[in-house]
Amino acid sequence: MATTTAEGFDAHHDDHAHDADHKPGFFARWFMSTNHKDIGTLYLIFSIIAGIVGGALSGGMRLELAEPGLQWLGMFVDMMGGDGTSFDQQGHMWNVMITAHGLIMVFFMVMPAMIGGFGNWFVPLMIGAPDMAFPRMNNISFWLTVAGFLSLCFSLFVPGGTGMGAGVGWTVYAPLSTSGSVGPAVDFAIFSLHLAGAGSILGATNFITTIFNMRAPGMTLHKMPLFVWSVLVTAFLLLLALPVLAAAITMLITDRNFGTTFFDPAGGGDPILYQHLFWFFGHPEVYIMILPGFGMISQIISTFSKKPVFGYLGMAYAMVAIGVVGFIVWAHHMYTVGLDVNTKMYFTAATMVIAVPTGIKIFSWIATMWGGSLEFKSPMVWAMGFIFLFTVGGVTGVVLANGGIDDNMHDTYYVVAHFHYVLSLGAVTSMFAGWYYWFPKMSGRMHSEFLAHVHFWIFFVGVNVIFFPMHFLGLQGMARRYPDYTPAFSYWNEVASIGYLIMAASLVVFFLNILYAFTVGKKAAANYWGEGATTLEWTLSSPPPFHQFETLPVIDDAKTAH
Amino acid sequence: MNTITLQKRNRRTMLWAFAAAAGMLGLGFAAVPLYRLFCQVAGFGGTTQVATEQEADLAAQMANSGGVRDISIRFDANTGMDMPWRFEPVNATDRIAIGQRDMAIYTARNTSTETITGTATFNVEPEQAGRYFNKIQCFCFTEQTLRPGQEVRMPVIYFVDPAMLDDPNMAGVQQITLSYTFHRAKQPS
Repeated sequence: MATTTAEGFDAHHDDHAHDADHKPGFFARWFMSTNHKDIGTLYLIFSIIAGIVGGALSGGMRLELAEPGLQWLGMFVDMMGGDGTSFDQQGHMWNVMITAHGLIMVFFMVMPAMIGGFGNWFVPLMIGAPDMAFPRMNNISFWLTVAGFLSLCFSLFVPGGTGMGAGVGWTVYAPLSTSGSVGPAVDFAIFSLHLAGAGSILGATNFITTIFNMRAPGMTLHKMPLFVWSVLVTAFLLLLALPVLAAAITMLITDRNFGTTFFDPAGGGDPILYQHLFWFFGHPEVYIMILPGFGMISQIISTFSKKPVFGYLGMAYAMVAIGVVGFIVWAHHMYTVGLDVNTKMYFTAATMVIAVPTGIKIFSWIATMWGGSLEFKSPMVWAMGFIFLFTVGGVTGVVLANGGIDDNMHDTYYVVAHFHYVLSLGAVTSMFAGWYYWFPKMSGRMHSEFLAHVHFWIFFVGVNVIFFPMHFLGLQGMARRYPDYTPAFSYWNEVASIGYLIMAASLVVFFLNILYAFTVGKKAAANYWGEGATTLEWTLSSPPPFHQFETLPVIDDAKTAH
Repeated sequence: MNTITLQKRNRRTMLWAFAAAAGMLGLGFAAVPLYRLFCQVAGFGGTTQVATEQEADLAAQMANSGGVRDISIRFDANTGMDMPWRFEPVNATDRIAIGQRDMAIYTARNTSTETITGTATFNVEPEQAGRYFNKIQCFCFTEQTLRPGQEVRMPVIYFVDPAMLDDPNMAGVQQITLSYTFHRAKQPS
């Protein structure tokens, strides 16, 4: 077991020939794992499971929203053992569904896949390190995340005020989450965030240490692949943002259970303070979810254009700039709480500044493709889809950044459309791009390029049919967070629900493709994408040996690796 | 690089990272007193100011020395959900010269059969008026205890700072609403 640590690797330097691919038994390998590739695999499997749960919840939501009136919530309440005829319990069930969907997708699907999955797998490979700096801490990070997910699942089966489960939204605003939700469900949901947050902070520490100290000889910071840069910036965001969330939700716990009044005006507190604390975390969090995607897209665009990324340093420091500015724009989520006009002006301006480094990235990706020898393999198609979808979401973000316009748009479906375009279309598309880019590297089996293209086109059509009409609904004033709406909104809601079915069909293709790869998929070569793939993971076999880089690679100045 | 130095460097980096995380956790909690201080100083979110008699006299002199306009004050009263008091202003509105000191009276009556201690929270609307709305004396500064059926008249002595006339954000403000909400008293955090 100890052979996966850096010192173990050195200690085995002399006799590694018979030892390099030695794997521990099943239980020790997967439950006590210290190997970054195995932990990455665990994270990806976990993220797919959580994604199925979170996606099924959104399916239930689209079902209910397909037509005006309440049709399905009563049945869901009955299924959970409540009184399905109670209007209050139906409404609470809706709140529970949006809460679980948000928390699962953010903390247990996107973050584990991006950072825990692809980050764990490819950061050590790309910088030429034998493993992560702290392999055992890596294992704790993963299992804390699993425990957090179980705590959230458990919250569904205990009372949360009006019915079973925590119905407080992913933001867990007081006073709904304090005096408004009696019962242990919200405590379990908060505990879930504590666990997942602790796991992410440990993971972030691990990535920072690995990237700073364990790069192969010759790999300076300015030669690191952009995916590694993106994970480094993300790790810093996690490290600085998550403790603030921990503080805020700890105060919620004490307000709920120990009689403090941090967010209760009756004792001199202020619920607006919770919103400030939450969004001081929450805004960096949205960049945490997208930055590793930026990194993967950079690798993919460069590979399939057979060119280095245009403006490498600008791309790296654009991510740093996005991370830094991301910490000083939080109140644009709170324009309607009663900020004065000068404060709104500041947050409007600061928010718009973020469009500059983001624009640098978009234009550099396009400039990388410009004049390149393009090859439309499936990861490239997904990556180009990402650029389009993320840009649409970015444009509506600039609209919403305006304090004056947001007074009108706040909490409408326009906002829902905006953040799903950047996350569920942007971040998720980048994850599928990374999946098809690296799946054969991780599994050793080629997926079907045909199915990957089919997956892309059905998914692309589906998500746009779901979310584009939400712009119209929002502009017409349809409020988010409600299970019912006036019949005037029914047309585009029905269209969106049909879009969900299209998107769901694409996931069938996704799983078929995995099945295909593991049954009839060809064995993957070391570098199956050819000359454009220049980073270090392509110098290893597919899948890479259980312990890689027993002799550290040396980065040659003549052919830089990004 | 030999393994001992790598291990040492890794541990040092990890400790720095943990220290940063712990620092942010501390800042998260430090936000509570800092936020309160910020609101009091900046009048943020409609937090009203507390003034002394001397400051009130000064404002009145300023008001008398130059031509200042009148402003309308609206009084609003609410009670928390579990608060069985009838709480209302004697007059719903008043009209005063900016800078002039004025007194408003609220009445509260305990309609329940138990003795209840209440504490009032307050703010003003529009929120940018908070830093110009000064209270010299207010029932909201202390807790109030009412026996069953008891009724009290509670004064607020206040003035509007003439400095508001120089603030462009206050240019269109014709009326300021002073709002109180009575809650059952809790131990402050």
